[in-house]
Amino acid sequence: MRLPKFEYFAPKTIDEACSLLAQYKQQAKVVAGGTDLLVQMKSKEALPKCLINIRGITDQDYITHDGKEGLRIGAQATIRSIETSPLIRDKFGILAQAAGELGTVQVRNRGTIGGNLCNAAPSAEMAPPLIALGARVKIRTANGERVVPIEDFFTGPGQTVLKLGELVTEIQVPDLPPRSGGTYIKHSIRRAQDLAIVGVGVVISMDKDVLSDVRIALGAVAPTPIKAKKAAETLKGKKPEDDLLEKAGVIASQEASPIDDVRGSAEYRRKMIRVLVKRAIKQAIEQARTG
Amino acid sequence: MNKQLLLKINGELHSLTVDLNKTLLEVLREDLRLTGAKPGCDFGGCGACTVLIDGKPVYSCLVLAADCKGRDILTIEGLASNGHLHPVQEAFINHGAFQCGYCTSGMILSAKALLDENPRPTEEDVRKAIAGNICRCTGYVKIVEAVLAASRVEKGTK
Repeated sequence: MRLPKFEYFAPKTIDEACSLLAQYKQQAKVVAGGTDLLVQMKSKEALPKCLINIRGITDQDYITHDGKEGLRIGAQATIRSIETSPLIRDKFGILAQAAGELGTVQVRNRGTIGGNLCNAAPSAEMAPPLIALGARVKIRTANGERVVPIEDFFTGPGQTVLKLGELVTEIQVPDLPPRSGGTYIKHSIRRAQDLAIVGVGVVISMDKDVLSDVRIALGAVAPTPIKAKKAAETLKGKKPEDDLLEKAGVIASQEASPIDDVRGSAEYRRKMIRVLVKRAIKQAIEQARTG
Repeated sequence: MNKQLLLKINGELHSLTVDLNKTLLEVLREDLRLTGAKPGCDFGGCGACTVLIDGKPVYSCLVLAADCKGRDILTIEGLASNGHLHPVQEAFINHGAFQCGYCTSGMILSAKALLDENPRPTEEDVRKAIAGNICRCTGYVKIVEAVLAASRVEKGTK
């Protein structure tokens, strides 16, 4: 199926790209990997008058670490590079895990972390892990830069805080204290090429036998990826006893607002949140103990 | 609107004038008559359009041809060298790993990319590597067998 026609730009610098975006406003769409946008254009869900291919901006594909900001991932780092990065697998395993669940190898070789976040599907694979890790999104604005906590980045299905003319440039993940663990569970029908029915990202830190910090994030069960704050509060500072984890799962399921759709009913999703939050916390604790 | 493009495909440079809204799959099939890559679902769901860009499997139906400047593209037509089939191609024949053949181009390229990165994969590695290539005929058993067999062949050529 032929894509609809469009004007095409391939800027070499971010200033050029932002300027084009400011010029064309709602008529322009940014394309990087294209694995979401081209699908939307073929289904006529998106009909941009102009495409701004940012892959010519070559300094946005990196995965680095520094003592101050922690992990820094360029917006154009591919999902595959995140999945296979030794640095991420070692220190931020939950991210590599989630990356490996996204789509298929072919999608991951093109899709970028910036694209996954800016496409802002409620089930966005990279969102729950990044929320659980307390990540921040660096955005290039008309006048400079701003940084937004990832949990505030999404405003609705397919919607973010990005203003016209703005571009995501980097994702920053602060270092975790010792004795931390994290896991991402994607509950889906197929083992690949599927959206999550429920996505659960959990990061915890232990202090002796007590949970010194707990962060729980959920995907595909609300208009945006969300943080289950109340559930996490229930656990913070406590020992991870079974009935407490069960309680946290129940609270998390109440913080979500899932819908009925082809992948599952709202009721099923709430039930699975209970099960998977508990499971994810246990897995994260196990990791913290052995890792 | 169209664009002058220099594309490197199977080691050869091609100078083409292509419509900007054409995908790599369309240019391969229509402009270059390389029909090995196939349209299946046309939205990055089935893998029949899989080609390798810089050694990595991608869905060519979701790649703009205009975006391929300076990239090294490998299609199934470029896999055999000097009349010698790639070990994966040989193994597919020897193990009966195709029936209608529609998924096969993409399947072989995904398998080749796996073996280039991981020469001794487990069955699980193989299944994960081909998870983006759907086959309606075989049930995947012979495909997995063929890829594992190819991984055990002594490799003299790439």
